[in-house]
Amino acid sequence: MSEYAQHDISGRTVGIVRNQFFTFAQPPNEMILESGARLGPITLAYETYGTLNEEGSNAILICHALSGDSHAAGYYSGQSTPGWWENMVGPGKGIDTNCYFVVCSNVIGSCMGSTGPGSINPKTGKHYALDFPVVTIGDMVRAQNALREYIGVERWHAVVGGSIGGMQALEWSLRYPDRVRSAVLLATTMRHSALAIAFNEVARQAIMIDPNWNEGNYYSGQKPGLGLAVARMIGHITYLSDQSMRLKFGRRLQDKSDFSFQFDADFQVESYLHHQGRKFVDRFDANSFLYITKAADYYDAIRSHGDGSSVRAFSSSQASYLIVSYTSDWLYPTYQSKDMVKAMKKNGLNVSFCEIEADWGHDAFLLPNERLSAMIRGFLERVEYSDEQTSAT
Amino acid sequence: MSKPLRHDLQIIASWIAPGSRVLDLGCGEGDLLQFLMRHRQVRGSGIEHDETKVIAGIQKGVSILHGDINTEILDYPENSFDYAILSQTLQQVYDPAALIERMLQVASAGIVSFPNFGQWNIRMQLMFSGYAPKTPQLPYEWYNTPNIRVITIQDFRKFVRDVGLSVLREEAIAAQDENRLGKRIRFLPNLRAAYGIFMIGRGLQPKRQ
Repeated sequence: MSEYAQHDISGRTVGIVRNQFFTFAQPPNEMILESGARLGPITLAYETYGTLNEEGSNAILICHALSGDSHAAGYYSGQSTPGWWENMVGPGKGIDTNCYFVVCSNVIGSCMGSTGPGSINPKTGKHYALDFPVVTIGDMVRAQNALREYIGVERWHAVVGGSIGGMQALEWSLRYPDRVRSAVLLATTMRHSALAIAFNEVARQAIMIDPNWNEGNYYSGQKPGLGLAVARMIGHITYLSDQSMRLKFGRRLQDKSDFSFQFDADFQVESYLHHQGRKFVDRFDANSFLYITKAADYYDAIRSHGDGSSVRAFSSSQASYLIVSYTSDWLYPTYQSKDMVKAMKKNGLNVSFCEIEADWGHDAFLLPNERLSAMIRGFLERVEYSDEQTSAT
Repeated sequence: MSKPLRHDLQIIASWIAPGSRVLDLGCGEGDLLQFLMRHRQVRGSGIEHDETKVIAGIQKGVSILHGDINTEILDYPENSFDYAILSQTLQQVYDPAALIERMLQVASAGIVSFPNFGQWNIRMQLMFSGYAPKTPQLPYEWYNTPNIRVITIQDFRKFVRDVGLSVLREEAIAAQDENRLGKRIRFLPNLRAAYGIFMIGRGLQPKRQ
């Protein structure tokens, strides 16, 4: 995700921010995961921007996608790269930090400051590696709920997320209906299609066949860098689209005037994927990639909340929803968003939906888009407005 | 702050009871719903197929679904709304009978407005020029018009009767410019009105205006 972190052209920013940590589930009170395994202590990395109002009613939770982190906006002291959603989160932006207290929490299983397979297992003094229990989107959300209590937020004004972050936002609204006033679900789904699971599995296999992977025990030696790079390259293809790749690369050659007739990266698209793969290896842990993609594949809101019925899955939700899909997203195509909308309508829920015409595939939600910002801003304001109305009557 | 509500929408708004649930089919940028939310405390939803209008409406804080009214209306449970509104869109609907039928399943009353093809100047245009008529309400050429139905006020009344529904309220408006206040027509509406607005429902006796 961080390849999209870019300075916002408006220059507005939350400024210098710092990463914070919250630790809970100390033994013997470990968190019991959906799989039945126990995990604790658990640390979550998180950041906050803006100020919580006296009523505690203006908090917004941002959930990040697969390889994201808690650094959604602003800059770390001494660093020049902003958070991954700098163009959306800040003063006067789509998620306006002048109005809202914004929290972005990392997920368990990640390697970006939270407890994950790369953390030290206090029982053994060694890295968890594959001893780390398989976590689910539900587990991630339950951990974030502990953070909510700790921060002192009674009810989120909104939970916002795209892709796997959107799954978390959806899960929040279903698991904790009285804690979520609204949810913004971008380029996401109630459950992965076979296509999405297939790509994830190929990516996982790429990691697991790397000779350095060593059943996940690579923390004291060589990392499975090639496998992880290939996994990221596969992932990256699914985040783009035929159209975006045609526009961005076409069949152009990279620093060459003719074919090399070797297996070098002749084409720009090859060279681009190599670059993305290498960059990813520097910042992400291969085991975390395995755990988080598996959590995404397991996620099935229809199964876990509706016993097989999407309509039943939303029967206890009280949230207002804004759902956005993108025309060229083949990972989470529009029909999946529409299925969600349909189930919400049947439950009489307040829902807005827009399919945005965009060439940029699944990743479109991360790119600066004034229309998306304006929509989110208007939606968040209206949630406030309708709440005022309800309390006035 | 915003431009005044289109005149036919003002009349429709005046028919909506405060606090009711409203579905606006082909809601555009959600002007009517926004007005009703603010001034009538309604809970409203709109359906619109134009992405730019959907975004503008959601930006204003209106709940809008991006999609086709004919299919989007199918998902709502029966009696989800008090009113289902179809303003200035009936002339573009492929299967009006099915849509109106469905409107009165999801809502207890339907409100429909449309340009009146029976207006005298339309009749005159066809008669004297021999060309397909154009008016401020129907400004297109025959080959590029989105309006696939020509409807007169008289036609619509007959249609409502034929399908076993009732007209609950009716208004006929003369206006050269739909954004300005039009005049209500009571005498010879089918000949004089630029458009008609009807509230229709089931099983009730027609109320004469």
